Amino acid sequence: MRHTLREAVSGLRRNLSMTLAVIVTMWVSLTLFGVGLLAAQQVELIKGRWYDQIEITVFLCTADSSGPNCTPGQDATEAQRESVRAALEANPEVEAVFYQSKAEVFEEFRLAYADSPILDSMSAENMQDLFRVALVNPEEYALVQGSVGQMPGVQAIQDLRQYLDPLFEWLNLARWLAVGASALLLLAAGLQIANTIRMAAISRRREIGIMRLVGASNAYIMAPFLLESVLAGLLGAALAGGTLAALQKFVIVDKAKPAIQTVQWIGWDHVALAVIGLVTVALVLSIIPTLIATRRFLRV
Amino acid sequence: MITFDQVAKTYPGQRRPALSHIDVTIDPGEFVFLVGPSGSGKSTFLRLILREHRATRGSVTVNGHDVGRLPGWRVPRLRRQIGTVFQDFRLLPGKTVHENVAFALQVIGKSGSHIRRTVPQTLELVGLGDKADRLPDELSGGEQQRVALARAVVNAPPILIADEPTGNLDPATSVGIMKLLDRINKGGTTVVVATHDSTIVDQMRRRVIELNAGELVRDQAQGVYGYR
Repeated sequence: MRHTLREAVSGLRRNLSMTLAVIVTMWVSLTLFGVGLLAAQQVELIKGRWYDQIEITVFLCTADSSGPNCTPGQDATEAQRESVRAALEANPEVEAVFYQSKAEVFEEFRLAYADSPILDSMSAENMQDLFRVALVNPEEYALVQGSVGQMPGVQAIQDLRQYLDPLFEWLNLARWLAVGASALLLLAAGLQIANTIRMAAISRRREIGIMRLVGASNAYIMAPFLLESVLAGLLGAALAGGTLAALQKFVIVDKAKPAIQTVQWIGWDHVALAVIGLVTVALVLSIIPTLIATRRFLRV
Repeated sequence: MITFDQVAKTYPGQRRPALSHIDVTIDPGEFVFLVGPSGSGKSTFLRLILREHRATRGSVTVNGHDVGRLPGWRVPRLRRQIGTVFQDFRLLPGKTVHENVAFALQVIGKSGSHIRRTVPQTLELVGLGDKADRLPDELSGGEQQRVALARAVVNAPPILIADEPTGNLDPATSVGIMKLLDRINKGGTTVVVATHDSTIVDQMRRRVIELNAGELVRDQAQGVYGYR
């Protein structure tokens, strides 16, 4: 073990400039990769539970809401609600209808704004009960609106995708740019590691030859190289993790959250998940090129 | 201890076999000279024993293992049973005599106390007890080969293989190395020496296996280097 550690550290020092290049490339590429992971999680958060299942939300009248089909100061009656449900279910364009009471809507609201000051001033009575509607063909939004839009007790109809999709397009573009750039950089990092390790192995060719001759196991011969590249990879991952944490603190927590409160923002648990992802990538990217680069020196 | 059974070896991309129809049995404790001109297959013979190459046909058995069938991860264990020395010594220039010999034990995981006990004994055996702290380039060629020999036998392997061990040494020094090989053999180690050194082979009168163009042309107890 002492031998392994000593050789790994001396290898890192001998190739200091190459090692630094590896660490910096790892750092930048893993940061981009982490940003891609965070963007993906942010998209999922905004989509929420319903986005992938339903297209349309039919909001019912409440005492606080106003609309041409509402009786001011009164909730939609049970009879109104049932006739809206019947109309939706009878519509051939509708695939499924889910009703959510005020209490159920408030439950979702509480989850979405768990750490927001808005929550203190809200209760279930401030919520609108609603129907979530899945369509056979998502494009046929207008047909459904036409059939139930004028019914008494319906306050408003909203096509969820109509206003979320442009946002997702941007977020997805950002994510793919980040992931694409990071993929190229990660490839470069992997090649750099392979080169660095190959050079380290060449400079220790004589020792390796003797080790093989006297019967040192492959694991023993490989260990210093693996440790060397894993150390460099983990250092890059640690720097990238630190960068992501800084982004979360200074961009999301300090700036975005106070500025835009209607959206649920990614939290520290999402950052932790992204860091786990990039540590995994760093390990794979340091171990695999090392195994490939040293294979030639270990062939018996 | 070492058995070649109808062994042939052809290297990839070459038409002429490096070895063909080799049938040899070397018993435990034997001392064998392997002779023949350059390119006759001596090195290939030794490499097959060490499992640096595999036989194309036939089987090579070393200390009970069919080495051609040995999986890659078992090869290090085979090599721990075979000490090896070469014409070019292959010492680590940055390590002292003691460290060079100790290295062979360290990398197979022997304990520090075992190393501290065994290395001085082995250096004593090869006559370098007083030079443990020298670097290889402070030693003569003969002394360097003694260090290599110490490294080869420090783990007490049952087999010792020497590929032209005196190829870089003057005749007087060569005799010293051969005497050392003889002493190691008397301790029970099976010794196989590939050599061009006819004087020594003729003097020692041990078993001689002669190869020519990959064929076994002579296997003679108490032989001489050659008739020609």
